[in-house]
This record gives sequence, structure tokens and C-alpha cells, in this order.
Amino acid sequence: MDSVVLLRPVPDPVEELELNDDGDDLDRDYLGYVLNEFDDHALEEALLLKEKGGGTVTVFGIGSADEMEQILYAALAKGADEAFKLGDQLEHMSVASQAELVISALQDRSYDLILTGVQASDELDGQLGVWVAAKLGLPHVSVVVGVTGSAGSVKVTKEFWGGITADYEVRPPAVLGIQAAEQAPRYVAVSLIRQAQQEGSLTQLDLEAPSDSSGVRITAVRLPETGGGAEMITGDESEAAERIIEIIRGAGV
Amino acid sequence: MSDVFVITEHLQGILTETSFELLAMARGIAGSGKVTAGLVGSGVGDLASQLGGADAIVVVDDPAFEVFNPEGHARVFAALVDESQAPVVLVPYTSMGMDVASDLAARSGMPLVSFCTSVGAEGALGATCRLYAGKIEADIEVDGERAIFAVLAGSTPAEQGRSGGAAIVETVSSPVDAGSLSVTCLGVTLPAGGDVDITSQDVLVVVGRGIESKDNIEEAQELADALGGAVAASRPIIDQGWLPKSRQVGKSGLTVKPKVYLTLGVSGAPEHIEGMKDAGTIISVNTDPQAPIFGVAHYGWVGDIFDILPELVEKLEAG
Ligand SMILES: Cc1cc2nc3c(=O)[nH]c(=O)nc-3n(C[C@H](O)[C@H](O)[C@H](O)COP(=O)(O)OP(=O)(O)OC[C@H]3O[C@@H](n4cnc5c(N)ncnc54)[C@H](O)[C@@H]3O)c2cc1C
Ligand SMILES: Nc1ncnc2c1ncn2[C@@H]1O[C@H](COP(=O)(O)O)[C@@H](O)[C@H]1O
Repeated sequence: MDSVVLLRPVPDPVEELELNDDGDDLDRDYLGYVLNEFDDHALEEALLLKEKGGGTVTVFGIGSADEMEQILYAALAKGADEAFKLGDQLEHMSVASQAELVISALQDRSYDLILTGVQASDELDGQLGVWVAAKLGLPHVSVVVGVTGSAGSVKVTKEFWGGITADYEVRPPAVLGIQAAEQAPRYVAVSLIRQAQQEGSLTQLDLEAPSDSSGVRITAVRLPETGGGAEMITGDESEAAERIIEIIRGAGV
Repeated sequence: MSDVFVITEHLQGILTETSFELLAMARGIAGSGKVTAGLVGSGVGDLASQLGGADAIVVVDDPAFEVFNPEGHARVFAALVDESQAPVVLVPYTSMGMDVASDLAARSGMPLVSFCTSVGAEGALGATCRLYAGKIEADIEVDGERAIFAVLAGSTPAEQGRSGGAAIVETVSSPVDAGSLSVTCLGVTLPAGGDVDITSQDVLVVVGRGIESKDNIEEAQELADALGGAVAASRPIIDQGWLPKSRQVGKSGLTVKPKVYLTLGVSGAPEHIEGMKDAGTIISVNTDPQAPIFGVAHYGWVGDIFDILPELVEKLEAG
């Protein structure tokens, strides 16, 4: 099975987010980026498919974040065969434009599956994988928690809610939005990433960035109020524990 | 005032709560305009009769669509939306909607706004959205006259979407030849019963990624035992294999309404909140004062779970 995996850097979820002066975007100057967690699962699933049935894993990344290359090298170190960086001005690029970049990078390339993360929570105007599928006329399945099969026929499990799932037979090539890989994504030693970096097997594709607008504009962003609507408990852990027990008892338990 | 097309969804013969929420939202947007519901399935006449919150229902009833087909349903809905020409299209941002919304946008050329919690059509089209795993709220404006909005579950009370009179039901033949699809459903799997039913507990102690390891869950279990409750978790804990799927709360897990919901190291992503926001008393512990969970919690303490857990257990055990 030959897979192409789309990898997206997203603001590091453990970092505190700050707003820019215009109040219409994050202040991105000092923001650190990491690989979108679901993309890590997509990569893991692709690597597992390769380990079980042969084939190749190719990774594509679009993004200007300094971390993009690091993310692609880490994918190579984990076992991806080829890595491509497409375009580099992710910010404010519409999903439609990103889809065009991906589609031109896919040209003259044969593949059975395109694997993406199920979603990136910082992208407003759509999901890239489904968009690419619709534009290429390929079948797509989102929220995938299991993939088996061969290049001729793939069986996927899609998760709905309440633990209910459905199995589908999918005729490749197809696009799958991965929610969770069969096993937790593997770690890779920094030394191996450094080695991949030295081997320099990352290709920059100089594709012309399309400029169509999504028609969707952010006019203002807000951070939630600290504490939101909650009554904040003060004091050290002993006082807080005392108060929490009081609240629980008060709730009739 | 604007006509609205609502994409409804159902599973195992049951329309989802989100379908009714979207109908309620659509009514608010449409005013005296027309609300049309799209319903695609097999033998869904009975479901259509529950959609009185709409003015009209377009039904595609075809055995090929008995179970949601990511490719097929998306293509059928694209044809129905195209036919309707309603300026506002509401799609549930759920497992099913995720296969429909972007497909619809890519095919129709209509702009799409995801992660919506409210949608407005007074003057320009616009929405409020929850981005960055719930950490940022954004106001959105849409250029143009038509748009698709993918709406988070729980954004509007469903009540108003359930009421209403007898809508006009129009059954149309499938605009998509099922034989041409590359996706075929092989069957639906219901969850195996877990060891504990978290939906019937009075107290849930809920661990998130902040718990750090499988071993640390034991301490949360001690607390749950002392309170006569059970341990539940956010999705990453289940994906790590630290607890069974039956313990997962949220969008792709279970919806729970215990008397007390105590979270330990859960950030409060929209997908988690969907499953617990109606709990009686929500108490949250998190080291991050900005954690979105504090937006739904009734009580919060900013601090370390590993400091407070032993205190809680000790005090409870001491009586
Ligand atoms: C289609 C889809 C469906 C999903 N379904 C679900 C679902 O059903 N249920 C679900 O939960 N998620 C679901 N998710 C995932 C969801 O988006 C989030 O990724 C997830 O809820 C985050 O879990 P978390 O809060 O445990 O982890 P994180 O977001 O990583 O949060 C960990 C929190 O712990 C805090 N913390 C860390 N250490 C400590 C400490 N020592 N003491 C106190 N606090 C600490 C941090 O400040 C942080 O806020 C779904 C996602 C998608 C895309
Ligand atoms: N700029 C990008 N570069 C590479 N992959 C992306 C990019 N944007 C989105 N993706 C992929 O598409 C998935 C869905 O993201 P999104 O479209 O942002 O919801 C992500 O999990 C990635 O796999």
C-alpha cells in the first residue's frame, strides 16, 4: 500500500495563547508549533500499513512554521520514505488553496491512500482531506479508527458516537481522516531525527501558491475570561480539598 | 430572514439531538423564511414525521443509504442543497457532518465556516466559532450571499427543534447511483458493554491527559471509591489504552449527566464538553487558569492534581 500523509503544524497546545494588537488573530511572533496530534496518528497508521503489507509512506507538509522541517524530518526518522514541503505561507491560506497545492503535488504520483488527521482545530474554513477528495472525485471517510487491507481493497472502521462504529469497504485511491491509529503513535529518538536531517532527504516543491480566498473572514478573536463562569476556589490544596468535599456533599452525594 | 437548509442525521433509527438543535437554530435564523430539512436513509418515513420543526422535508429513501455512507450521503446532500438554493446551510459538526460539510463546500463553491456555536443572517452572514480546541472564540463574517455552517453539538437547546407542526414531506428519488459508489457499508458494530456504566453514576471522577500515566489513574480510582462513584476519562486516555472505551466521555464517547462531575487535568476541548456540559455540579482542577473547562465548570481550582488528589482521598477516608 502506498500512502501519502498530510502533516500540519499547529500552535503548541500547552502554550498560552495571546492575541495580536488588532484583536483579529493570535500573536504568532513567539508561538511554538507542534504536529497536529491527529496527524501523528495518521502517520502511525501509514507506518503500520507499510510494516504489515509493504509499500511506501510519503509525507507532505504545508506551512511556514520553523517547526515544519523538523516535523518532516521526524516523519522520515520514524520510517517515512519521502518528505515534501509544499509552499510556505500557510497562515491565511484557504483550505481550497491548500487543496490545490496538495493536488498539484500529487500529480504524476501513484498512491492508494491519502491519510490526514481528522481535524485541525485552528482551521476555520474546512477539512483539507475531504476537500481534496471532493475535488479529485475520490471517496473519503472521516473519523477513522481502523484500517486494514491491501492496495486493491481497503476496510476501514469509522467511529460515530457512544462507541458505535461502522465498517466500510473502500475502493482505493481514497482519502481517510484518521482519529486514532491502531496503537499510540511511536516516539523517535532525537538522534535519529538529526540523522535524517543530515541525510537531507527533504524536498522543497516550489509550487505556485493559489490565492483564492475562502470568503470567510475573522473579524475579532477573544480569549475566554479567566475562570469563565466558574466560581474559583482559592487557597492551598488542603483548603481547596476541604471546599470541594463540601461542594460534593452539597450536591446531595 | 433567510431560507435555511438543515442536514439531519440519524443512527440506528434515531435522529440525533444535534439534528433538532440545528432545526431550532434554523428557525431562529429563518424568521418567517423557510426551513427545509434534508433526510437521507432507508425506511425513514417515521423519522420524517419527527421533524416538525422544519417547514418542509426533502427525503431520499433508498436501501443503499440505510447506514451513513460518507461518500454517498455527501453526494446526495450536495445535490439536495444545490436543488434548494437556500442561502444558509447548517451541517452538524459531528462524525457524519465531517464527511459532508467540506465535500459540500468543495463541490458547491459555497464558503464553509466550521466549529460554529452561533450563526447569524441579519445583514451579512456571520458566525461565532470556537477554535484552538476551545481556547479562542472568533467572530466570523462571510463574503457573499450563501454559506455552509458546520455547527458544534450543544450550541442551541434542541427543544424548539422538536416542536412544530406537520411539515410538507417530499420524497425524491436518489440523485446518486448507489452502484457508482466506491464506499460500501459492511455493517454497524455496537459497543461491547463495559465493566462500569458511566452513564448511570452519581459521581464521576474524570481524568484527562494531565494524569500523565496509567499508574496515576489508581489514585483517581481511590477518590472515586471514596465517593461511591466511578472513573471516566477524556479521549486521549482511551487512545493510550489506559482505560476502556466504555469510560470515554464526549463527542465520540458517551454523554453523561451525573450529579457531580469532577475533572482532573482535562482541558475542556469542545469535543469533551459536548458529552458533559449538562452534568449537575461540575468541579474542575487544572494548572492552566485559561483552560476552557473553567468555562463550563461551576467550581474551579487552579492547581496541580497531584497535590490535591491525596488531600481529597485522605480527608474523605478520615470521614
Ligand atoms: C472527531 C473528534 C472526536 C473527539 N471525541 C472526543 C471525546 O469523545 N472525548 C474527548 O475527551 N475528546 C474527544 N476528542 C479529542 C479532543 O479534541 C481533545 O483532544 C481532548 O478532549 C483533550 O483531552 P484532555 O483534555 O485530556 O487533554 P489536553 O487537552 O492535553 O489537556 C490536558 C490538561 O491537563 C492540564 N494539566 C496538565 N498537568 C496537570 C496537572 N499536574 N494538574 C492539573 N492539570 C494539569 C493541562 O493544563 C491541560 O489543560 C475528539 C476529537 C475529535 C477531532
Ligand atoms: N497546511 C497543511 N499541511 C499539511 N496537512 C494539512 C494542512 N492543513 C490540514 N492538513 C491535513 O488535513 C487534516 C485536517 O485538517 P483541517 O483541514 O485543518 O481540519 C490535518 O489533520 C492534516 O492532516
